[in-house]
Amino acid sequence: MDSGAVLYRYVLRLGDNALILAQRLIELVTHGPELEEELANANFGLDYLGQARMFYSYAGELEGKGRAEDDFAFLRAEREFCNVLLLEQPNGHFGDTIARSVLFEVFYLRLLERLTACSDIRLAEIAACGEREIRYHKRHNVQWLVRLGDGTEESHRRVQTSVDNLWRYTGELFAADEIDTAMRDLFDGPDLGELQLGWQDDMAEILREATLDFPERQWMDEGGRRGQHTEHFGRLVAEMQYLQRSYPGLDW
Amino acid sequence: MQTRSDEERIWHWLAEVPDPEVPALSVVDLGMIRNIRITNDSVEIEVSPTYTGCPATEVIEHDILEKMFAEGVATASVKRVLSPPWTTDWISDEGKKKLRRYGIAPPERTADKRALIGKAAICCPRCQSAATTLISEFGSTACKASYRCDECLEPFEYFKCI
Repeated sequence: MDSGAVLYRYVLRLGDNALILAQRLIELVTHGPELEEELANANFGLDYLGQARMFYSYAGELEGKGRAEDDFAFLRAEREFCNVLLLEQPNGHFGDTIARSVLFEVFYLRLLERLTACSDIRLAEIAACGEREIRYHKRHNVQWLVRLGDGTEESHRRVQTSVDNLWRYTGELFAADEIDTAMRDLFDGPDLGELQLGWQDDMAEILREATLDFPERQWMDEGGRRGQHTEHFGRLVAEMQYLQRSYPGLDW
Repeated sequence: MQTRSDEERIWHWLAEVPDPEVPALSVVDLGMIRNIRITNDSVEIEVSPTYTGCPATEVIEHDILEKMFAEGVATASVKRVLSPPWTTDWISDEGKKKLRRYGIAPPERTADKRALIGKAAICCPRCQSAATTLISEFGSTACKASYRCDECLEPFEYFKCI
């Protein structure tokens, strides 16, 4: 694989992660448990959508086949998406949504920080824009995880279950494949092993503050980055793409 | 043909292009205009987008081009520049005054990472009291938080630092 193809596939994955989490957060609009969370969630969804657009635009240029943002988002089949499984998991209850965001953003913030120093200037620029937004998200979501974990007996029990249930999707965040390795070698990209150590330290500290147990070592689920998704993903894509599938080429 | 006055005239026109969501501010006040390049009869304007998901970005770019054409520029284009990323530090002093008059507390001038945490006291844009309470870290747009003044009891918005 030449370096252009590596970068294309790497950027496309970042775009897919951002888009799929945006879609999940957007599903919650008008369902917020209170006004501040309603606004926070919608704002966060918008940030991810903005990031997805920047990644997709760049991926389209790298691919050089004239595909634009919308083509990537609305005209690819389920198996062509290469987001991590964690992000396509259903919103569940508020604790599930918060736990999913924390598990991802503790990783994603470190990833973006690292990407600001990669040798591809455009990707480094996009990462620098995204980094500041994710710092804001992470702070907010971590506060909630602590509040729920260190809250009532009921909230503690439920959010511990959220963390435990989602844990098996966190291995995939750090499972380096040939694209990650090539990205590291050719573009001074992140070392996922190194990121994992930082992530584990951060998570241990957050969970301790939230009085939650650090989940035990367990079997990890993966496959999203190869296009093999969980059963929830088909419905997500169907809803997200409904308009373009029903009315091809619709524009307004 | 490029003269100093051509560029000044374009800056002046851009100062009349408002932000669609905070119309009290122009794109110049916001510090979004990075550079103006004039070659022969065409003008290229470099613009820094504010927040990545800001739905106003495209409207702003469209409004800038429309303004140029309305002023008789034959060929104008907008170039998006991501680096260095836009920060609220680039909002001009004039822009901050306008924000305050508009009823939005301007961002503090410390867009470092700690400023996100918003430890600094935010003054009420109406009565200038520093006795204010954060109601919500989020507001009607991605760039604003919601506050209440404990002195005059009016709610107001605060333009967050990034």
